[in-house]
Amino acid sequence: MTDHTLPDNPARRDFLYLTTGAVAAVGAGVTGWSFIDTMNPAADTLALATTEVNISSIQPGQSVVVTWQGKPVFVRRRTPEEIKSAQDVNVSELRDPQTDAQRVQAGKEEWLVVVGICTHLGCVPLGAKPNEPKGEFGGWFCPCHGSVYDTAGRIRKGPAPTNLHVPPYNFTSDTVIKIG
Amino acid sequence: MQQKFLLTLSFAALLIAAPAHAAPEAAPVKATVEGSAPAATATEGAAATDAASDATPAAPAPAADGNAMTKTDGDAQTMEADGKTAAETHGAAPAEEGGHHAPSLPQEEWSWSGPFGVFDRHQLQRGFQVYKQVCASCHGLSRIYFRNLSALGYNEAEIKSIAAETQVMDGPDDSGDMFERPGRPSDHFKSPFANDNAARAANGGALPPDLSLIVRARADGSNYVHALLTGYEAAPAGFTLTQGMHYNKYFAGHQIAMPQPLMDGSVTYEDGTPNTIDQMSRDVTAFLTWASEPNMEKRKQVGLKVMLFMFAFAGLMYATKRKVWKDVH
Amino acid sequence: MANANREPFENKFVEWVDSRLPVFTMIQKEYGVFPTPKNFNYFWNFGALAMVMLVTMIASGVILAMHYTPNAALAFNSVERITRDVNYGWLLRYLHMNGASMFFIAVYIHIFRGLYYGSYKQPRELLWIFGIIIFLLMMATAFMGYTLPWSQMSGWGATVITSLFSAIPLVGEGLVTWLWGGFSVDNPTLNRFFALHYLLPFLICAVVGLHVWALHVVGSNNPTGIDPKGPQDTLPFNPYYTIKDMFGLSIFLIAYAFLIFYAPTLLTHQDHFVPFNPMVTPAHIVPEWYFLPFYAILRSITFDFTIYLIVAGAAGAVLIYNYCWRKTPCEKTKPFFPALIAVAVIFGIPAVLLAFFKDVEALKGIIGMIPFAGVHLIEAKLGGVLAMFGSILLLAVLPWLDRHPVRSGRYRPWYRVALIAFVASAVLLGYIGAKPAEQPFITIGQLATLYYFGFLLVIVPWLSHNEPVAVLPNSIHEAVLAEKK
Repeated sequence: MTDHTLPDNPARRDFLYLTTGAVAAVGAGVTGWSFIDTMNPAADTLALATTEVNISSIQPGQSVVVTWQGKPVFVRRRTPEEIKSAQDVNVSELRDPQTDAQRVQAGKEEWLVVVGICTHLGCVPLGAKPNEPKGEFGGWFCPCHGSVYDTAGRIRKGPAPTNLHVPPYNFTSDTVIKIG
Repeated sequence: MQQKFLLTLSFAALLIAAPAHAAPEAAPVKATVEGSAPAATATEGAAATDAASDATPAAPAPAADGNAMTKTDGDAQTMEADGKTAAETHGAAPAEEGGHHAPSLPQEEWSWSGPFGVFDRHQLQRGFQVYKQVCASCHGLSRIYFRNLSALGYNEAEIKSIAAETQVMDGPDDSGDMFERPGRPSDHFKSPFANDNAARAANGGALPPDLSLIVRARADGSNYVHALLTGYEAAPAGFTLTQGMHYNKYFAGHQIAMPQPLMDGSVTYEDGTPNTIDQMSRDVTAFLTWASEPNMEKRKQVGLKVMLFMFAFAGLMYATKRKVWKDVH
Repeated sequence: MANANREPFENKFVEWVDSRLPVFTMIQKEYGVFPTPKNFNYFWNFGALAMVMLVTMIASGVILAMHYTPNAALAFNSVERITRDVNYGWLLRYLHMNGASMFFIAVYIHIFRGLYYGSYKQPRELLWIFGIIIFLLMMATAFMGYTLPWSQMSGWGATVITSLFSAIPLVGEGLVTWLWGGFSVDNPTLNRFFALHYLLPFLICAVVGLHVWALHVVGSNNPTGIDPKGPQDTLPFNPYYTIKDMFGLSIFLIAYAFLIFYAPTLLTHQDHFVPFNPMVTPAHIVPEWYFLPFYAILRSITFDFTIYLIVAGAAGAVLIYNYCWRKTPCEKTKPFFPALIAVAVIFGIPAVLLAFFKDVEALKGIIGMIPFAGVHLIEAKLGGVLAMFGSILLLAVLPWLDRHPVRSGRYRPWYRVALIAFVASAVLLGYIGAKPAEQPFITIGQLATLYYFGFLLVIVPWLSHNEPVAVLPNSIHEAVLAEKK
């Protein structure tokens, strides 16, 4: 009566406490996770996670901009000269050394697919449209801080640290690219 | 002792009182009249062109107008209320058994009822077929996306080809024009009409409601949909059916603008299931029940785990509580 | 400062924080060793349960708000998107919509416990009033939350309830337009309701803080209503009541989980799944179940307050004041009582005829002869609104209506019976509130309303002076021992 906190069988009581506490923690954890998971992309957002592009009407030297997961993606059909200039670069001199072959798919060297977001601070580089400046390396030019990319989307000049990101994509047929 | 009993009693009464209103209630017409004051207020301010015609249904009207009223009306909800009004004008109001939907609905056995109930995939696919070949010509199902069809057991390729059967408006393209393209899994079902007014114009003034939530938006929805689809019959003698209306024994007021949608053999099932009216309406009921809540099976699965966990936890808590309180005198 | 009395903690980090801000000392004092009467029954769980529900509602609500769009054109779709596409969005929605019901269940039982065991009595009047304020804020929050899915029930419920304010003389119409931000319930209304629905719960939290603070100043009541007299009457809050509350919570959550997973739409109406159409009122508008008793009181006032009703009511009020509220009638006014009774009867007859028998065919002739029948001070609509708000506000002054020296209903057999009947009348009103406004429901509702107010304004004051005072046990300890035998 005098002291209610004195247990008569400490071992069993501790075990019971521990079990109950652990079960409560699991319940709270699972509930908490379901709350957190609601903030992940929802089914309708995930359904738009891939984009299909019909490339049959793109002429050599032309490029199109498509939206993929809310970001611009440049799909460029390169001319033989552009491919050659991209392949002839001395890779060891590059800031982010990558060969042209690492940037395109084998047998489909004509097609360059890159995410159109400058790796410096997230601006969209110019050069996808005919009237836009392509920069001194014939690729893209970022108007924000002057980053210059070549015809393989590699960083050649300016503050950007890495090459333009190549998204996951595959050719579902000769005329359709599925990005994502 | 006596007071404990009284306490328990009042506690129980409180709990019982809770779902009291869940039971559908009678006499919608009276209730409409009661609600008509705010309705008028709302109409006043809204400068909608068809405000007058849409607001009229609250008041009972002669039979001839009854038809027009129903046709100008917003959605099935009001179509029912109107039908009711018309029926009462005819003095043919049925006994108020089921409340909101005057006639009581036959209670069917559904595979998805109960805490462990699940859908039958084959039935869902058949129901989808019925929807596509019969209902879809007038009723939208816009909250369902083609990607949702994976729940019916279709694989990705099948879903793609189903989606591609529909032409979807997209755009504007580079030249600023809208264009049509084949549907994708991320597109939702295309409604048969561009907007509600077009739907009314094409259906003699009545608006076929979107069916995405129809099972949830009607009391005892699954049974209601099934009963309605199988409830068409010839109007009994003495019942004056308004021009352009159809007699349905389960529709409140019995006058429905929708002609009987299902006849024996309306669709041909690939799996050889008999295509009777009853079977087809069961199948489409299953499909629409799924469409109203595509997460139902998931909800029950999670629920089972949660309930098992909660009972175990309550048991542990009880033991702990007993242990802690053991020494208290 | 308080730090002077502080006992140092062993854990270095805890001690570091506590010596700068003594939160751990406070928790220890208020929830650790806090002396709590040892004879609580399970009714004492519901305060903690209500608190858990408040937290649950805020947590689920904040996340729902991340997915919800407060725009008239998009709201319904965004709620359906939550239910269909968001990961566990269905769970979140069902948690929140059924959570409101569970919150009200917990609070109603909590209020009932307060009424039964006299927890509102001195010295807990302020504690009680904070409770009523929380209840009012909850009602406002729940009402505005119900509007957000922008369904038929949402839009029309909002229309009907906001239109109540149009009953206020002179400013009513302008007030309603101001509430709406337009000429009908529309996008501006939805937007401000969303903002307020997000704001009010935090206000509730603040008042709950005051409620708990006040509780910890005066201490908890208990089933005997007798104040603890020493350590033999109390237990430290932890572990005894933390564990007991946790056990109660686990049972409560089972009921909650059942609703969420197996009957998520049981307590809502099918018209809540039809998008709002301002041109078409659904055939049957009902509020959520927790509003039904008050909705029934609102609808029970079907009559204008004519001059006859006012005069008869005033005369009756003087008599009730003298015979029920006062221990003995006032000697000075006593000589006028026969005259007052005569006035009450003479004015009462036409008042009752006008109020309740207007539609009776046989009496139409007589009623037609009553002069000034059309003169009234309060219209039925305003009367209904006043009655509805009055029915809650009267509860706030209950500590002054009930002056009986014994707290607990356990030792007040007369009050107990009257209280159970009061609860029954509230339940009956809830049933009537779900029924259409037609006979016999109107009359039953009016009788239940009469008892609701009669209990608070006549029976409780009268019992204060006339119910025999029972002999109470000497202490909680003694009562507990007596019960065990």
